[in-house]
Amino acid sequence: MSPRNIFIVALALGGAVAAFAKNVELLNVSYDPTREFYGDYNAAFAKYWKAKSGDTVTVKQSHGGSGKQARAVIDGQQADVVTLALAADINALYEVAKIVPPDWQGRLPNNSAPYTSTIVFLVRKGNPRHIKDWDDLVKPGVGVVTPNPKTSGGARWNYLAAWAYAVKKFGSEEKAKEFVGRLYRNVPVLDSGARGSTTTFVQREIGDVAIAWENEAFLALKEFGRDKFEIVVPSLSMLAEPTVSVVDKVAKKKGTEMVARAYLEYLYSDEGQDIAGRNFYRPRNEVIAAKYAGTFPQLELVTIDGAFGGWAKAHQAHFADGGTFDQIYLHK
Amino acid sequence: MAASVSTALADKRLPVRAAGPRVIRNPWWVRMLFMTTALTFVGCFLVLPLVAVFIEALRKGVGAYFGAFADPAAQSAIRLTLLTVAIVVPANLVFGVAASWCIAKFDFRGKSLLITLIDLPFAVSPVISGLIYVLVFGAQGWLGLYKNAENPSWPALAAWLNVHDFQIIFAVPGIVLATTFVTFPFVARELIPLMQAQGNDEEYAAITLGASGWQTFWKVTVPNIKWGLFYGVILCNARAMGEFGAVSVVSGHVRGETNTMPLHIEILYNEYNFVAAFAVSSLLALLALVTLVLKCFIEWRHAQAREA
Repeated sequence: MSPRNIFIVALALGGAVAAFAKNVELLNVSYDPTREFYGDYNAAFAKYWKAKSGDTVTVKQSHGGSGKQARAVIDGQQADVVTLALAADINALYEVAKIVPPDWQGRLPNNSAPYTSTIVFLVRKGNPRHIKDWDDLVKPGVGVVTPNPKTSGGARWNYLAAWAYAVKKFGSEEKAKEFVGRLYRNVPVLDSGARGSTTTFVQREIGDVAIAWENEAFLALKEFGRDKFEIVVPSLSMLAEPTVSVVDKVAKKKGTEMVARAYLEYLYSDEGQDIAGRNFYRPRNEVIAAKYAGTFPQLELVTIDGAFGGWAKAHQAHFADGGTFDQIYLHK
Repeated sequence: MAASVSTALADKRLPVRAAGPRVIRNPWWVRMLFMTTALTFVGCFLVLPLVAVFIEALRKGVGAYFGAFADPAAQSAIRLTLLTVAIVVPANLVFGVAASWCIAKFDFRGKSLLITLIDLPFAVSPVISGLIYVLVFGAQGWLGLYKNAENPSWPALAAWLNVHDFQIIFAVPGIVLATTFVTFPFVARELIPLMQAQGNDEEYAAITLGASGWQTFWKVTVPNIKWGLFYGVILCNARAMGEFGAVSVVSGHVRGETNTMPLHIEILYNEYNFVAAFAVSSLLALLALVTLVLKCFIEWRHAQAREA
């Protein structure tokens, strides 16, 4: 073949590829502390998808308190996928708006929670108030920063972790309610999302301890330096399982179902799990988890199903209108 | 605040000037006390925060400062803000002139009701201003329920809406609507007192001399109100660019898509990107300063026009 012909063939091939390659746009509506993680992950997924299908995928992000974000999707925000802080918020997408099927949680491995986290304490350097465990948070005069459980998913994990600890220690729900009530009397600022809460503690320097996502606490150390803050691991905490789902109705309308599904499935791949670990989420994949074993402390973790009988029940008892949080907070 | 300025503009027409300082016979320490209090207050609550914004923005040098504007998300936020302003301000300009013309030049039933309605957005919290649009246009709101209804009242309309499927909230139209609502009173509130103070005499004279209604409006009314109008537009513009609450409710916060400048600032702040957050803030603060300078200029021109 003459160079000229090669050129023409190359041009034709290039044109053919260009004709088939599409530009796909996904909207991932996520909760507050996942900004950095999905920033990394979206770039990796775009590369993987380009190699696999030739299509260019751009993932746009929206972040905020998990409950607030779910509400926006219910009200019509065009999310192809939701990656929220807890299953209850995705349940609401089915219950209120019917935009995901009722069995959404069974569609992906590990109850659609590709990574886990837990709830720890972030304190100022040297731990001046000697905070060791949940008991130290209810002492008079200790300023505790945690977001509003009505709008923030992380805050609900925080609340339930304190509750689970109190039930284990005092043996009754009544005592647990009193314990958590005392804890919330120590809260000076109730932000709407986990990130707002962290900036309140870190940047505005309010409070002695922030109850935070483990990944959020690690990130604060990374951003502001280990010479300013310390992580304190309580004796007992929750196994927090942030869940993900395709929003079927929106993805179907936009014709993005296949990419959206692949986007979530890739979270379980070695690369996805590794990015999660790098961003301080606990990977599900045991091989990858072993790589980050040194990062994550071992502690007693209770699950939402084991300690509270699942999210539906926990939500009804604690966070619905008139639930224990309302009882505690209104009579503060 | 807005209304008091134009009342001041209108007052300058009055022949009786306010008494000069010579009439004041307070002891010097009283004057000093008042002046110190006022200056301290202004310094602490206005100047200091404004200076802090610029200091924080330049903390890591000029390079980092301008780097904040190179971010595509920041540019998209600036573009969206400008687009919103380009729609909202002309719309409110036309509405403001029409409304204040009606109110100041004519008498009709329900006039005070109209004035109260125009003031409504001042009285309503911006969050509510955003939520009303979610309630009307949201997927669970009136429009959404109508579109998904089994047997809608006008099936053709429902079908048409479903085919075209405009995204109103969590998209640009929602942001424009919410901003329009919040900035609704600015132009009208500037013009009503001014036009009322001017009365109808000049218009009557023009019409007696044979001018048409259109001519009277352009050649008599508009020249009389132009500085007040200009000022109203500047205020409307400043608020439209800076609105946070209402826009936050309807925006959806998609980076590079539905974030206006104030929302982008919040996101940057939440991402621990303080320099960029304050850099974009400084742009908004700069706008406030430009507004202030323009306001002084207008008052000066207005005074000159009066004396001439």
